[in-house]
Amino acid sequence: MRWYWIDRFIEFESGKLARAVKNVSLAEEHLHDHFPGFPVMPGSLMIEGMAQTGGILLGEHFKFAYNVILAKVPKVTFHSWACPGDQIIYTARLMDAREEGGSATVEATVGDRAVASAEIVFAHLKSDDPQFSRIDQKNFVFRMNLLDILTVGKAGDGRQPGSNGPDSGQRE
Amino acid sequence: MPSSDEIFEKVQETLVDALGVNDDEVTPAATLMGDLGAESIDFLDIVFRLEKCFDIKIPRGELFPENLASADSGFVVAGKVTPEGLEELRRRMPHADIDSFADDPTVSRIWDLFTVGMICRFIEARVK
Repeated sequence: MRWYWIDRFIEFESGKLARAVKNVSLAEEHLHDHFPGFPVMPGSLMIEGMAQTGGILLGEHFKFAYNVILAKVPKVTFHSWACPGDQIIYTARLMDAREEGGSATVEATVGDRAVASAEIVFAHLKSDDPQFSRIDQKNFVFRMNLLDILTVGKAGDGRQPGSNGPDSGQRE
Repeated sequence: MPSSDEIFEKVQETLVDALGVNDDEVTPAATLMGDLGAESIDFLDIVFRLEKCFDIKIPRGELFPENLASADSGFVVAGKVTPEGLEELRRRMPHADIDSFADDPTVSRIWDLFTVGMICRFIEARVK
């Protein structure tokens, strides 16, 4: 089981805002116990998805020079359930970014419906820290093509770099 | 220019948000770690919030110095902070009550220097 709680980024403004998608699928094993007869996306996994969205936004800001880890969730509120078939969109806004770590506010929505909101504090792990794991965060992002969307840029309109605009349609 | 009372109230609100404590627990003498249950990650969160609240910048290590009691600093001998160590503390934490600490400079008591009052005095010096 791989610990990816976001499926794809759809918008990315470096150092400022990131939007990622999480598709809730009935094929996810944990849903059959959470809860039996009433499958809903667990809050803890939504927090993880929000943290991954915000954490990658923070990490990219420093060009993945640091390993970003989820350190503290000062505030989180759950507004409504996310169910199988729902597409959750996590919108993260970077609030602070510095050598020691950073923070983000993240909203989770399904369509127009608010699902959750959180403040998340991240810490940077230095490579000489005894707890330093060997997870290579930069490659986690690039290997899974999560940030292929860096070419999507601000508007999320699928515009290819160098093209004339979203409606140009023509490729040279 | 905010008054001392205004500064205290804003610091109090910041600590209630960051540490999830009640406002009546946040008194000037309250220690961050002992009384209010703060951990090292909370210090980072507190710095973020204070910067935003007072519109100031707090460079790393200014409000909450790091490595105060590290073994290789030469400032700690037999579990007590040396006179040189006390001087270093006075230099790095001008708003803390080093005199009271000096009465019993056991190294584990260093964390008692981080009080709500210390934060207020730091902010006051910054905004005035």
